[in-house]
Amino acid sequence: MINHLLNTGFPPGLVFIIGALFIPLLKGRVKSAFMLMLPVLAFIGLTRVSVGTHWVVKFLDYNLVFGQVDRLSIPFGYIFILISFIAVIFAMHVKDDIQHVSGFIYAGSALGVTFAGDLFTLYIFWEFMAIASTFLILARKTKESHSAAFRYIMVHVVGGLLLLAGIILYIKDTGSMTITHMTLGTPATWLIFMGIAVNAAIPPLHPWLKDAYPEATVTGAVFLSAFTTKSAVYIMARTFAGTELLIWLGAFMTVIPVFYAEIENDVRRVLGYSLINQVGFMMCGVGIGTQLAINGTVSHAFCHILYKALLFMSVGSVLYVTGKIKCTDIGGLYRTMPMTCIFCLVGAMSISAFPLFSGFVSKSMIISAAGHGHMAIIWLMLQFASAGVIAHAGIKVPYFTFFGHDSGIRAKEPPLNMLIAMGIAAFLCIFLAVCPQYLYSILPYPVDYVPYTGAHVVGQLQLLLFGVLAFYMFLKSGYYPSEVRAINLDLDWFYRKPMRAVDYVFAKVLNGLNSAADQVIVKDFTGAVNRFAVEPVLNLTCFVLAPFVKSGDNTDSDLTGRQAIASAFRTGTTPVGIYSACACLFIVVLYIFL
Amino acid sequence: MEEKKDITEDTKTYLFDKPANVKGLLGFFFCLLILLIILDFFIHKHGYFGWENWPGFFAAFGFVACVMVISIAKLLRVFAKRDERYYD
Repeated sequence: MINHLLNTGFPPGLVFIIGALFIPLLKGRVKSAFMLMLPVLAFIGLTRVSVGTHWVVKFLDYNLVFGQVDRLSIPFGYIFILISFIAVIFAMHVKDDIQHVSGFIYAGSALGVTFAGDLFTLYIFWEFMAIASTFLILARKTKESHSAAFRYIMVHVVGGLLLLAGIILYIKDTGSMTITHMTLGTPATWLIFMGIAVNAAIPPLHPWLKDAYPEATVTGAVFLSAFTTKSAVYIMARTFAGTELLIWLGAFMTVIPVFYAEIENDVRRVLGYSLINQVGFMMCGVGIGTQLAINGTVSHAFCHILYKALLFMSVGSVLYVTGKIKCTDIGGLYRTMPMTCIFCLVGAMSISAFPLFSGFVSKSMIISAAGHGHMAIIWLMLQFASAGVIAHAGIKVPYFTFFGHDSGIRAKEPPLNMLIAMGIAAFLCIFLAVCPQYLYSILPYPVDYVPYTGAHVVGQLQLLLFGVLAFYMFLKSGYYPSEVRAINLDLDWFYRKPMRAVDYVFAKVLNGLNSAADQVIVKDFTGAVNRFAVEPVLNLTCFVLAPFVKSGDNTDSDLTGRQAIASAFRTGTTPVGIYSACACLFIVVLYIFL
Repeated sequence: MEEKKDITEDTKTYLFDKPANVKGLLGFFFCLLILLIILDFFIHKHGYFGWENWPGFFAAFGFVACVMVISIAKLLRVFAKRDERYYD
């Protein structure tokens, strides 16, 4: 059976998801070894399978395809497995099993999405991703993370429903469940497009990302940064490659977050906006759709997952060691955390696309593709955004975290496993750039792009270093926007502020109804019924018996007959004779009248 | 988490605490800038667009773009900035 599996391969996503269920049963070193082994196993499963349609399961009338293996899905599969391995090393010290299990189910579902060949399988794994990733935000266990997780799952439920509606309409329109290229036009394709756009964080559907990722755990954020958006990029590349709308959406998507990132205080929120900016490049590449553009998108996704994870890891390490993450609270940490600082700088130089760092050999393909297609405005926007990247991620993140004003904190380096994980990611960021042929060999189309030309290296260095000059001049002159304790309003205002008003109105209305009902029904009405049940009987009994009644054995005979009877009723101490007399009277009345 | 020392106990002088080092770094940086401008006249350019071939285009573009990004960001802050507890 092992031979058979080694010949046909096995779904890497299922390795993760099934493996995740065993994690809580293990302890200590065995657990760590097992968690490290899962990505290795998944990798073996992926390398053994050949290009084609595999792992097909019959379900009702349809074929569920778990293994759509081709040159587009394979690189995504590789990078998802690789980043899981690095993230597991980074999270090795975490004692909370829920985070480990959720992380693996999340990664496994992303792999499931990548290799899904039909829309039903896609949808199931899509929703699994949303649910599993929510736990990584909840695991932080703070008030902010709870509300952020709630908003996160709500947005993804809506996105998932849009996708489902689109899928159902699409199956109805075409009769086919196969994931294939679609053209925007019908309600079905629009709904599918919007469903994918939610996961890809295309503005105006982006606020969930900058809202939720900074509230995740230190290690959870590394998982989160890799899977949701990039699997959406993959699906977009498979279904809507070449769609012109995406070129424009992608271009705007690269530009807008740059401004927000520049003035944001929480460093992980800066990285969140930076993520949106980078995915914008990928969306633009998908929209352009040429071989060079798709190669650029895939290579950029590959490199971006690594350097974004590296940035989240280095900044997350700062959060882990100091408990702080806002620019106002940190700074000057290079003194006691030099390794983390260097890793952060490697990530920053990679995202800025410095020559000899991974962004240089990947992002430039997308910009070249725009140039090839004579899209002047798009090219200018993408270059502008690239300069913006240097400002908000290339300099701001490492500068305000590790340099800048001295916060006085002298924290030590994070634990060894975190340093090792960062080291691996940093090594790969440099290796992929120094030897780009390895990356280029796994891209969907043949690559004849040459990144290291004199013009490209000098041009890019000019763009970057003169951008740094501008940043330096702003800082030196005091005109740079200072670090302040504040948030910035984004489009999530529309569902957060009104929600508070809706919440307030609901509370007032529903609680008001509740109190009114309580007053009327419980107190007044029931009281009235009670009194109605007791009073007439009491009155009748008193009328008949009051003159004859004494208050029991009390020597104190101040109580009137009526009071004595009423107190007897209340305490249930009426002499038995009265009950039997009432009963007889009642029977007589009944007999007479019936 | 280990015990954090803070600045009151730490008397060590670090790399960029010494002004000479900061000056050295800045000097190196400015030399790089000048070198890049000089190199601009020696490299063989063949851009997609005409403007890519102008001397110093990317230097100017990078500088102006960053100025614009930081300026527009400052403007955005005027409109978008709210107290940290705004949504609570």
